[in-house]
Amino acid sequence: MDRFLFLTFDGLARGAVLAAFALSLVLIWRAARIVNFAQGAMAVAATYIAFTVTALTGSYWAGLAAALVAGFLIGAVVERGVMRFVGNSSALNPVIAGLGLLMLIQAVLGMLFGNSYRTMVTPFSSNPVEIFGITVFSSYDLFVFACIAVLVGGLVLLFTRTPLGLRLRASAFAPDLARLLGVRTSRMLTLGWAMSSALGALAALLVIPTELGLNPHAADAVFVYAFTVAVIGGLDSPAGAVLGGLAVGVLLSWVSGYWGATLAPIAILVLLLAVLLIRPGGIFSMTKERTV
Amino acid sequence: MTGGLVLDGVSAGYGAVQVLHNIDLTVAEGSITAVVGANGAGKTTLLRTITGQLRPSAGSIRIKDGRDLTRVPVEEMVRHGVALVPERRGVITELTVEENLRLGGLWRKDRRAADEVLAQMYELFEPLARRRKAAGHQLSGGERQMLALGRALMAAPENLLLDEPSLGLAPKVSAQILGMLRRLRDDTGLTVLLIEQNVRSALAVADHGVVLNLGRIVASRPAAELAEDTDLRHTYLGF
Repeated sequence: MDRFLFLTFDGLARGAVLAAFALSLVLIWRAARIVNFAQGAMAVAATYIAFTVTALTGSYWAGLAAALVAGFLIGAVVERGVMRFVGNSSALNPVIAGLGLLMLIQAVLGMLFGNSYRTMVTPFSSNPVEIFGITVFSSYDLFVFACIAVLVGGLVLLFTRTPLGLRLRASAFAPDLARLLGVRTSRMLTLGWAMSSALGALAALLVIPTELGLNPHAADAVFVYAFTVAVIGGLDSPAGAVLGGLAVGVLLSWVSGYWGATLAPIAILVLLLAVLLIRPGGIFSMTKERTV
Repeated sequence: MTGGLVLDGVSAGYGAVQVLHNIDLTVAEGSITAVVGANGAGKTTLLRTITGQLRPSAGSIRIKDGRDLTRVPVEEMVRHGVALVPERRGVITELTVEENLRLGGLWRKDRRAADEVLAQMYELFEPLARRRKAAGHQLSGGERQMLALGRALMAAPENLLLDEPSLGLAPKVSAQILGMLRRLRDDTGLTVLLIEQNVRSALAVADHGVVLNLGRIVASRPAAELAEDTDLRHTYLGF
């Protein structure tokens, strides 16, 4: 029982990061109908900036702020500089552009920082604490939860309660109509990319120190898992990304804990296959009724 | 007669296909002008051109104080007092009634004025007030049309353009909507350009009627006169 609880808590902690990363993919999908294959590399680039800032200033918090700002700017630059010019004539175009960008960013990071693994500091201990004899979260896990909860909660409030959020949603759902109503959809698109990229950067910054180690390819596996989570939850559904992320995190933790870590990717693929066979739009996909 | 909206020699089309040919049209300020014509006459293209969704290849589009809208991008149109109620009741179905309405007034800096107009819209369109939290896709056709109209009015436009507002609506509902346009014209001095296939109803509410055929204006007269011209009706409107 103790082991089960430990694995569950550990899974939730990892799942929170997957949820945040999946949500960042969902935000871009909703805003631009693009699965951004460069998202992982963009997040790692922001993490390298955080790493550098922390190394220069000695402050983890300065690094955290730098990651968010860098993530935001990288997202805006990628949208304005690359994705905007990728035609929509084929759904494959943005995918290929994303893959190209992924390789470019990884190559540049390799040239600037080298390909070796670097260790990053965490602001809190990552050793799990015992409560009533059960090993549960570490203080770092709680910090991860808090960061993600604050950012995701903030995004939810922004999207549902503010005029800016209404503009962002209108641009995502019906760009042509939104423009007719005076929404500057082009700015909204850039902002959507920027926010999503900042969220991805936060997820990478939180997971890299304990799980992966900093390396240009650090987020490759996270991207694959998060993409799976996004598809399972429904690419259109922010709630699906969050709940799917937590569920997949727990599943990964159980499978690795009971049957060995090598089976974890297979379990995810089986889950993905099952969801695609039974409910191809994803578990939380929204019912659409766009035509009258 | 001052022009609320003046088109001068406007031509437009899609690629090599020219749809509108040298359109001269003056919509008098505070009046309702109906543009009628068969399918493919270029009615929707005309609205797309006025609202900046389509660039004219020639000519100019001006509003009352002489401001030139010819090159104004579509998202800036509401800021110049031009609002469109799109064809097929363009409601954003994922958003609620209230969100759709609010969106119409978002470009305005004065939040309180926007709130006041929102309250007015709920008064004007009582069914919407009862369903303010309902998602767009849950509304009936008539409710959607009211919502699209209410949302355009939230922008406090001087020029309101409507693309086939009665399409697919029950005759009673469509009469209600068209009747509302007259009230708005009388109460607020709104300038209305109405595109309709339902020629009788359109000419019944309009002050002025314009017949469009194959992208050219073939008649432009007071609406009542136009409605009684049987020859013209037979030739261009098919009844």
